[in-house]
Amino acid sequence: MASHFSSLSARARAAAATSGPRELARQLVCNRRDFLRNAAGLALGGAMLGPRAMARALAPRKKRKVVVITFGGGARDQETFAPEGQENIPHLMRELIPQSAFFTQLVNHGILGHYVATASLVTGVYETFNNFAAVPPEHPTVFEYFRKDLRRPSSDAWVVAPSNGFNRIGESNHPSYGGGLGATVILPKHLLSAAMSGATSDVDHLLRDNYETPFYAPELGGREFELQQLEMLLKLSVDDFKAHARTLSSPDELSVYIARQLMRQVAPSLLWITMHDIDIAHAGAYSLYIEGIRRTDRLCAELWQAIQTEPEYAGNTTLFILPDFGRDSDDDSGGNGFQHHRTGDVISRTTWMMALGAGVRPGVVFDRAMESTDLVPTIGSMLDFSASLAQGKPIPELL
Amino acid sequence: MLPSDLKPEQFNGYPPAARKLVTGYVGALQRSPLSFVPSLLREVIEYDFKFPPERKAIENELANLSSLSPEQMKEWFQEFAEIKVSTKLENVDWVNSPGLFVEQLSAHLWATRQLDAFRQAAMNYASRLQAVAAPEPPPVPRLGIAVIGQGADTHDEPLFRKLRAHGGYFSRVNPENGLEALLNAVAARAKAHPIPYGHWYIDGGREANHDPALTCVSYNALEPARAVLLRKMSGEIGKAGMGPEMLRTRLAQMRPADLGMGKAEDEVLDRFQVKLLTEGSGTQIFSTTFAQWAARETLRRAQPVTLLVRFAPRQRQRPMNELLSGLRPNADLDPAGSLVDADMGAYYTYLNQQRLSGAEKSSFLVWFEGHNEALAIGPAMPRGTESSSPTDLKQLLTWAI
Repeated sequence: MASHFSSLSARARAAAATSGPRELARQLVCNRRDFLRNAAGLALGGAMLGPRAMARALAPRKKRKVVVITFGGGARDQETFAPEGQENIPHLMRELIPQSAFFTQLVNHGILGHYVATASLVTGVYETFNNFAAVPPEHPTVFEYFRKDLRRPSSDAWVVAPSNGFNRIGESNHPSYGGGLGATVILPKHLLSAAMSGATSDVDHLLRDNYETPFYAPELGGREFELQQLEMLLKLSVDDFKAHARTLSSPDELSVYIARQLMRQVAPSLLWITMHDIDIAHAGAYSLYIEGIRRTDRLCAELWQAIQTEPEYAGNTTLFILPDFGRDSDDDSGGNGFQHHRTGDVISRTTWMMALGAGVRPGVVFDRAMESTDLVPTIGSMLDFSASLAQGKPIPELL
Repeated sequence: MLPSDLKPEQFNGYPPAARKLVTGYVGALQRSPLSFVPSLLREVIEYDFKFPPERKAIENELANLSSLSPEQMKEWFQEFAEIKVSTKLENVDWVNSPGLFVEQLSAHLWATRQLDAFRQAAMNYASRLQAVAAPEPPPVPRLGIAVIGQGADTHDEPLFRKLRAHGGYFSRVNPENGLEALLNAVAARAKAHPIPYGHWYIDGGREANHDPALTCVSYNALEPARAVLLRKMSGEIGKAGMGPEMLRTRLAQMRPADLGMGKAEDEVLDRFQVKLLTEGSGTQIFSTTFAQWAARETLRRAQPVTLLVRFAPRQRQRPMNELLSGLRPNADLDPAGSLVDADMGAYYTYLNQQRLSGAEKSSFLVWFEGHNEALAIGPAMPRGTESSSPTDLKQLLTWAI
């Protein structure tokens, strides 16, 4: 008999009865680990010591930089790290993973909506606000800890975000923080829209917003990046910006272009770039979802290349790449496979993280479970600030 | 209000058949927890417009609920009873707006980190229900057919990759009159086994000539309704305070007449089609998404014994707001991307068919329209095999079934 709880496929029930979610997670992790070991020749890192000494030797603390990329909008193993998915991530596989410490089991126990999940990553606390509300995080962000503890100027912490809905991501409303201590948030699409003065027909493809709820674009409030700063900070004329934008094919390409300009001209020590192209999956077209993954793979490699070639970043920067969460399993009848992330199943909650660059032992796979909220305390340990209100714990393998 | 406060007259707003059904089970509902009851009522309130297997499932579930002893009730619903529901949710009119309650409960479960516990409770409940009243086997083994790639000349990646392990791949299929042969085959099944809503033909474009014994849904036939819907969505979104959740609620309230439908004298089918457009994400703009989702919902809800879904090329990707505006009805098509979409859609159709009763005897065929490639799955078809012998679709069907 079919129950009104349509999320319960026979297979999921059988899996739960015989294996349970933990077993499913373990299998997922084993698949990732074995695939990476076979395909990329990585070593298992369980017994290895953390690279703290190496990190200290590599870069003086005052110059240490961290760049975080969220691997846009959630991608599943079968389209990425599973054998049949590797063709979609050639840059991650061939160029980045051999240089990285790879964590196979990053679990997100929070709400699987992109804004609130990214806010949870940024605060180290599972935020619970309405994903579609234009509100700031409730808990201090990594940018506030960083700037307050280390007395850094606003120019040293930046967020490049894809959607106008992310405009409050840089600063919390926490009474002990907030109040001008956050990151400056660049919304490249907002910037482009302003630069085009409404004549956007030839760059419309760069302005598409929030695939699940495309019309929804909250009124921008908070600390916007003003157009005149395009020229003052990024040293980009409006005309050059518009001309270059016309050569790009997606919002994430626009984000990466802005991020690279930011790295070159401002060189912030803490830079957070949120990709989102993959989330076209919500429209249900598998080919467009795959295109998004392939583009994100390429853009991650471009940013890593930029880190290695920009003098301010080369040799002293740690790069983190991680999805905010996964997408629904094909086996859960309550979802519709790749299209959404609504079931809260193991596949949609269990994702991965790679760390590259300064302070990271390359070519190692770590299997143990950790949480999405561990990232902020880890960055705190790397940069010498305390994420005192974060729920997560520093990742010892990176300290 | 809690379920224990329920009274029969509170269901006066339900459609006639639903009201008659549910008032016989008020006692059973009174004994059930609030985290459970509204999701059942969400189905009950639509009872009058459900397909026969859905009606049967609701009747069986209510009867089972009513038959449980106090000890069994505790055993079945302990996990649901442990879910903490807010006072705000208690105050929602969950009898008359169970869908709204379930939507708000979902947000509450996510925010309070009770989703996993609820999910586990639901899985355990479904397992128990399955054990006491397993679904009946279909009167005839099910047959699913996916026709993909209309308008595509070739493909970069091998086709049917996810399905190959389940059946036989054929590389020299005669494509001549292929679609006609398949439609004739499903029509013959419909005539041989007349079952209400038992035999379906879904087309992601303009439907081909077909036997009226088939229940047909097509993307092109719904174009006027899609246009009205897109205009309404644009209007709604422009209103002050409108957000995605409010929009979803408004869409869920739409009825066939709101979209210019309701003249076909089949309200069950009309409501089903409205839901395809209002509950499906992307079904309003991409024909491949429409075809896949329509096949999924048909299998989940109508549980047909025969389903033929034909994918058609979707429009190229453009800015989402422009796609939703519907301003360019003759937009460029993307046959190559649509073939990739449809290949995955065929796999999902197979998975959804296999979730139904009688899966071990079911058959499935997928064909690259107008070309020589097909794959057949069935009880008699060796798995993971390939054949380069000349054949045709009619022959493949006889092998697969």
